[in-house]
Amino acid sequence: MARVRVRVSTGVLLLAGIVAAPALAGAQQPQSPPPAAAAASPAQVTQVREELERLRLEFEALRRTYDERLRQLEQRLIQIGGGPMALTPPATPTSPPDPQQAPPPPQQQTDPAIVQPGPAQQPAGSSKVFNPDISVNGNFVGAAGRNQFATLSPMQLSEVEAAFQAIVDPYARADFFVAVGPDGAEVEEGYITFTSLPANLLLKAGKLRANFGKMNTLHTHALPSVDRPLVTENLVGGDEGFADAGMSLSHLINNPVVYLELTGEVFAGLSDVFHSVKRSELTYVGRVRGYHDLNDASNIDVGASFAYGPSTIDLPPPLLTGLEPAPIIQAAGMNKRMAAIDATFRYRPPSRAIYQRLNVRTEFIWSRQELPEQAFESAFGMYASGEYQFARRWYIGGRYDRSGRTLDGDAIDTGGSAFLTFWPTEFSQIRGQFRRINFAEGAKANEFLFQFNFTIGAHGAHVF
Amino acid sequence: MRTQILRFSLCAATLAVGRAALFAAPPAPLHVVTTTADLASLAREVGGDRIEVAALANPTQDPHQVDPKPSFILQVNRADLLIAVGRELEIGWLPPLTTSARNAKVQPGGPGYLDASTNVKILEIPTGQITRAMGDVHPQGNPHYWLDPANGRIIARAIKDKFSELRPADKAYFEQRYAQFDTRLAAAEKKWDAMLAPYRGAKLVTYHRSWPNFMERWGLNVMGYVEPKPGIPASPSHIIELIEDMKRQNVKLIVMEPYFSSKTPDSIAARVGGSVIVLAPSVGAVKEAGDYIQLFDYNIGKLTDALKLAAGR
Repeated sequence: MARVRVRVSTGVLLLAGIVAAPALAGAQQPQSPPPAAAAASPAQVTQVREELERLRLEFEALRRTYDERLRQLEQRLIQIGGGPMALTPPATPTSPPDPQQAPPPPQQQTDPAIVQPGPAQQPAGSSKVFNPDISVNGNFVGAAGRNQFATLSPMQLSEVEAAFQAIVDPYARADFFVAVGPDGAEVEEGYITFTSLPANLLLKAGKLRANFGKMNTLHTHALPSVDRPLVTENLVGGDEGFADAGMSLSHLINNPVVYLELTGEVFAGLSDVFHSVKRSELTYVGRVRGYHDLNDASNIDVGASFAYGPSTIDLPPPLLTGLEPAPIIQAAGMNKRMAAIDATFRYRPPSRAIYQRLNVRTEFIWSRQELPEQAFESAFGMYASGEYQFARRWYIGGRYDRSGRTLDGDAIDTGGSAFLTFWPTEFSQIRGQFRRINFAEGAKANEFLFQFNFTIGAHGAHVF
Repeated sequence: MRTQILRFSLCAATLAVGRAALFAAPPAPLHVVTTTADLASLAREVGGDRIEVAALANPTQDPHQVDPKPSFILQVNRADLLIAVGRELEIGWLPPLTTSARNAKVQPGGPGYLDASTNVKILEIPTGQITRAMGDVHPQGNPHYWLDPANGRIIARAIKDKFSELRPADKAYFEQRYAQFDTRLAAAEKKWDAMLAPYRGAKLVTYHRSWPNFMERWGLNVMGYVEPKPGIPASPSHIIELIEDMKRQNVKLIVMEPYFSSKTPDSIAARVGGSVIVLAPSVGAVKEAGDYIQLFDYNIGKLTDALKLAAGR
């Protein structure tokens, strides 16, 4: 190859000389023609021209020779290093029996950026291959209509979530989700998952969304609607949810009948749902999940969750303090117990999976909050929702909401929503939602919500 | 007396050895899980009765659009070997399964994980800048590579080597099974080559970019796609353009996969006076395609019939 390169370089220099000579001559002529050139006889000019023509022909011949040799060398390199063609045994001819009568191999339609034959293996020399999969999701939402307890602006980029995910080593992987919203940036989740533990165990450590119910584990972009159910808002921390620093250990009970998973979690108590002021007071979560395929198209997914831990609550301001505004008085170390059951039915016929699916889900949540002086407040909430894909890019859905409030179980908010989603691709969705809420105070809200949700970067896992 | 003791001991030893030979439990079969039915079929060809194999994706389903169901986690949890198509075909559903499977063997890079695409011929590897504006393009090349029997042979060989690595005692068995499959496949390839030879260079349209390896192998020319870009549904302007191209180039045949709606291809075919055929992109997608060789028998039989008909129009 080195010899070839030297000879080609010589040829290139020669060509450059041929091309450059008349150009240089032309450039110099108007200024001051050299005496020798000016004095050259026609015979000498003819001789120079003939010499140039001879050199040009020689160069052309040389170029053709080396083009052919380079082509042969490239073919040999492909055969030696390309792998797949060389691996094909000679017993499997790919050419037709009579190549004389066959037209030349066709060229398939390709994108400019796509090459047809590729190398068998990807080069792995760059350190970039170890970079995590990165994706960024934007959630732009808006609201119109009447809601005296409105929390949504007419329009806002409510969240930008950046995900960084990769395998750490042969024993673990790590996932980070950093959310930036109007209130600032925070690590929504960031945890290591140990995938190679014995006894069918899986351990996660870091900041996690607690395995409490179904809705709490879903990130905003995975929701089937613009908002979360009322029960999530009232009892389970709203959009931020029940997410905390802690550890999660789950065990898979492998059996031929049903998928059964037991999860135990312990958290520091740094969330809005459970809040601890003492190092010794931790939050505990337990969950049992069962799943079964009813047939190829449909399945059922059920779960029961329990959570126990300390909480800090805002007490009603005392009367006649004479201070404006009234001071907020908090009571810390109040025990809270929560329980939830959830059930999901999914229908997605495999041969029509691109066009049709149905998800029906319900979740019941109970809360029992300790109040000062040994009193307790119990609250209950639930939602039932369904979404149906009726075309390749279109989903329609609805949800019924009913929920008490953590500190006032008798204050029942009810509501209902209908939503329509257009999915241009897996990476973007446009959604409209009509929402009606009847607040316990008697106020009513009728709102139209809309959402543009979009993702760039790595292809994430399908939501299930 | 001593002789009697010796005879008794000999009998007892013989009985013990015989009993051990008779009642010794045979080694448990290798539990193999594959992401697609095609890989399961090739594993079955090589592994015979020394393996138990199950495929995750339903063969009638678009392999890009599979849900990571917990029942799959159970299967991956039990697996001694997980075989994946790779090239990001399963990117939306396999990573959550391996993460939750609690099975160290089948984690990527583990001894029980095999990426079947390692040595095969991959087409349509993008070069230069690629973006999602190009559709759901696969940065590591087109993952539908199993639709060239030459690649099927390479996959089977990789599976044979992996089986032999995991079960060295059965290496000879796997070698023999592979050799038999290789012979049958070579004979079938001669037949398929002869069937499609008259149509080499024939032009057709496919719905998705599922068939580049298949078409290149037999010299068929895909001049257009129903999808304007991978994973993007056809727009009216694209359909009009495609119809004009098909008319201009006298193309009468559209090949599609069973999991797409035939509405758009049917209307295009009606406008150009052509026809639509549904081929099986995977083993088991139709009942006639029961194994890897039958997959090509079915597809090539159906394709040659359609090409013959199209040539007569």
